[in-house]
Amino acid sequence: MAEIRLSGRPASSGFAEGQLYVLPDKRVSRASTGDPALEAKALRDAITSASEALANMAASADGDAVDILGFQVAMLEDDALSEMAFADIAEGKAADVAWRYSMDQEIETYRSADDEYFRARSADLEDIRDTVLDMLSGGLSFAATPPGAILMARDLQPSRFLGMDWSKGGAILLSEGSPTSHVAMLARARGVPMIVGLGDLPRSIHGIALIDGGAGQAILSPDQQSLDQFIARRAEEDTVSARAAKLLLDDAKTKTGEAVTILINVADPVELDAISPALCDGIGLVRTEFLFNDDKNFPDEDAQYRVYRRLVEWASGRPVTIRTLDAGGDKPIKNLTFDGESNPFLGVRGIRLSLLRPDLFRVQLRALARAASHGPIKVMAPMVTIPSELATVRHMMAEEVDSLKARGVAAALPPIGMMVEVPAAALAMDLFDADFFSIGSNDLTQYVTAAGRDIGAVADLADPKHPAVLRLIAMIAAQGKDMQREVSLCGDAGGDPALIPLLLNAGIRCLSMAPSMVARAKLIISETSLSGDVVTP
Amino acid sequence: MTAHKASASHEETTRGSALLTNAVGLHARPSVKLTQLAKTYQAIVSVATEPTGPWIDAKSPVKIMRVKAPKGTTLYFEASGEDAVSAVAALVDLVERRFDEAEEEGHG
Repeated sequence: MAEIRLSGRPASSGFAEGQLYVLPDKRVSRASTGDPALEAKALRDAITSASEALANMAASADGDAVDILGFQVAMLEDDALSEMAFADIAEGKAADVAWRYSMDQEIETYRSADDEYFRARSADLEDIRDTVLDMLSGGLSFAATPPGAILMARDLQPSRFLGMDWSKGGAILLSEGSPTSHVAMLARARGVPMIVGLGDLPRSIHGIALIDGGAGQAILSPDQQSLDQFIARRAEEDTVSARAAKLLLDDAKTKTGEAVTILINVADPVELDAISPALCDGIGLVRTEFLFNDDKNFPDEDAQYRVYRRLVEWASGRPVTIRTLDAGGDKPIKNLTFDGESNPFLGVRGIRLSLLRPDLFRVQLRALARAASHGPIKVMAPMVTIPSELATVRHMMAEEVDSLKARGVAAALPPIGMMVEVPAAALAMDLFDADFFSIGSNDLTQYVTAAGRDIGAVADLADPKHPAVLRLIAMIAAQGKDMQREVSLCGDAGGDPALIPLLLNAGIRCLSMAPSMVARAKLIISETSLSGDVVTP
Repeated sequence: MTAHKASASHEETTRGSALLTNAVGLHARPSVKLTQLAKTYQAIVSVATEPTGPWIDAKSPVKIMRVKAPKGTTLYFEASGEDAVSAVAALVDLVERRFDEAEEEGHG
């Protein structure tokens, strides 16, 4: 069988290799007595035994598991949970049918919640439902998973996780699930790699699977070459990550003593919950596209304000650079970006689109100005090509700040900066009135090399190591120094171990990268000497 | 904010309110803590997210979780009974202490 590669959201990092095991759905084999009084008693007894079993499990658990199980016990002991089931039983329904139906109703209200934390609690409610169903059909039934297996399921429940033997390794692949779920917390605590949001998983598959939890990647039925690569990478990762982990919270410094500022890129604020702001010097890039995923309702000012404010609060005084909506190109948004452009990368994208839609753009600017009253927000415009675009952004922001203040709304004028990703901007940086610059190395590389990373046949040409790209980056760094403006780099190159030494030698002293790359980047930086091969413009 | 006795006509009701400022709102662990604390009082204690209700039994974790109150929600408390004043004061204090949660791991 050909190998299958899957990618999803990382929920717990680490490598695993093991046999695939598809978790079967719960089936209850129980015959109704037909007597409402007996059915009610059966459910009452099952709820009591379930909460006793969970309380026992909690007594021998530690850390977060105690609270997670305690929550389930508290829910089970509350009559409000079973009210509806008992009413249905009184009307003639079987205990298991009534319980499942009422719990499914309850679970649905969690699944459809706006807040990801509450959505993630649906797995706890499913856990409660299934533990009681197990009790109704004679006892707990979750011991069958083979130790060390790579578990595939739609979602996984905390008590099932706790009932499994993880001492032989193993990993979790979920088609749904969430990095904020209780089971993801447990997996992180126990070091079990876990990937969520994989979409439809093949049901009829077996054999082995290779998991890279941190990258959110799984290979099912790998061929020999993938297996060899995996083993080599894991071995390398083990030694390097042990050394890198020690540097995670340290300031970044090169071997020759130069300080390097480390910022992080954020695609979805949920990612921040599991990490400490102490690992970075601030946020170098917030991609606000995640706010616009719902094509019918774009987020209003208050909704955006709340998200931006939460980012500022997380950063606790560190700067937070928020990029205005960067739709278009490889990031189409339904009902917003232009369909059918012959070349979307050269079309209406980034700030070009925002300036065509001032109605939407001003909402974002107002939300940013309000959040800026809570801490150091910096606003960054993407795809700026000519100075007047940035001047317009600056002007609009000033207008919005004035009108907010006139209405008595707390607001502050944030610094306005720009991405440097269009060669025209890179080559004429001195003409732009920007408070700071950030190199978007992905787009800069493809515009300089005239090769799209998403076009397989030319992807190799879109190489940030091309001397032309590195020379241009060195030019931008030097120009920023002349202008006394901060220059950072926030593309994928910023967290790439192979590129970091080259970027430092090109004069870059501020890198923004995915949080998972920070420890490794600090290690690479500490091993880089800046005496040798300096790239000059 | 502090608890105070409202001079209701028929029965004495104590009221109080507090802003939810912990990262995850009235979540799994905070809900359990809140109901466990409420249960230590004899008073009938209710909670709402609007000053006018609807009022929810503050001793029921199931009902409190159904509210799905996020961070930034103001919680209103209402209690009647012998120890109503101390019940409301204790609940307001719990919310203002952010449920004694560590904020880094923003889970519930």
